[in-house]
Amino acid sequence: MSVEVSVPTILRSYTGGAKSVAATGDSLQAVIDSLNASYPGIADRLIDESGLRRFVNVYLNDEDVRFLDGLKTPVADNDAITILPAVAGG
Amino acid sequence: MLVISQELVDAMVAHARADHPDEACGVIAGPEGSDRPERFIPMVNAARSPTFYEFDSGDLLRLYRDLDAHDEVPVVVYHSHTATEAYPSRTDVAYASEPDAHYVLISTRETGTEDGPYELRSYRIVDAVITEEPISIGTGNAVS
Repeated sequence: MSVEVSVPTILRSYTGGAKSVAATGDSLQAVIDSLNASYPGIADRLIDESGLRRFVNVYLNDEDVRFLDGLKTPVADNDAITILPAVAGG
Repeated sequence: MLVISQELVDAMVAHARADHPDEACGVIAGPEGSDRPERFIPMVNAARSPTFYEFDSGDLLRLYRDLDAHDEVPVVVYHSHTATEAYPSRTDVAYASEPDAHYVLISTRETGTEDGPYELRSYRIVDAVITEEPISIGTGNAVS
């Protein structure tokens, strides 16, 4: 499955400045692995030991994947993945 | 330096007072590449807490889509502290994810919801380094 991934400013150092990159995979985990193969180190910004990082939001089309199946969320051809770091603080 | 209109400063302070004792939060958008804060976008603090703020993830997606549709970026990311000074906390630094933004902190610790003294300061937070910057307040250029 070939998808378009929208990359937030803070992760564009991995993609050479690109705001949007292509990736492949049939699940979100597979898409992240594919991204990491092209842009090494990016996976570590998205995933930790417990799964998707708490303050990173990932969306499949219009839905936060936390409300779908997290990293196991199936991904179809031409889906749009959006990554947005949380806007948060204390 | 943060260059901003009095109108936008007043809008952020009013929001902070209205949400006190919870932290208030929001964004001021401006044209990409301009560094001009123009469009005031107050957000809901989904955490509804006096010590923490977070944009709801659905609100966040809608916000960024809206910014993209207008070729805008978040020039200012603001939030309030309700019992402490207007200085970024460790948590603020840990989650500062917009390297080009001016992080504005407002403190409502002195007067809460009322008129009166407030603190409003601006910072860049890049690679976990806080740099305070001067604020130049002028008139005009505010759109909401």
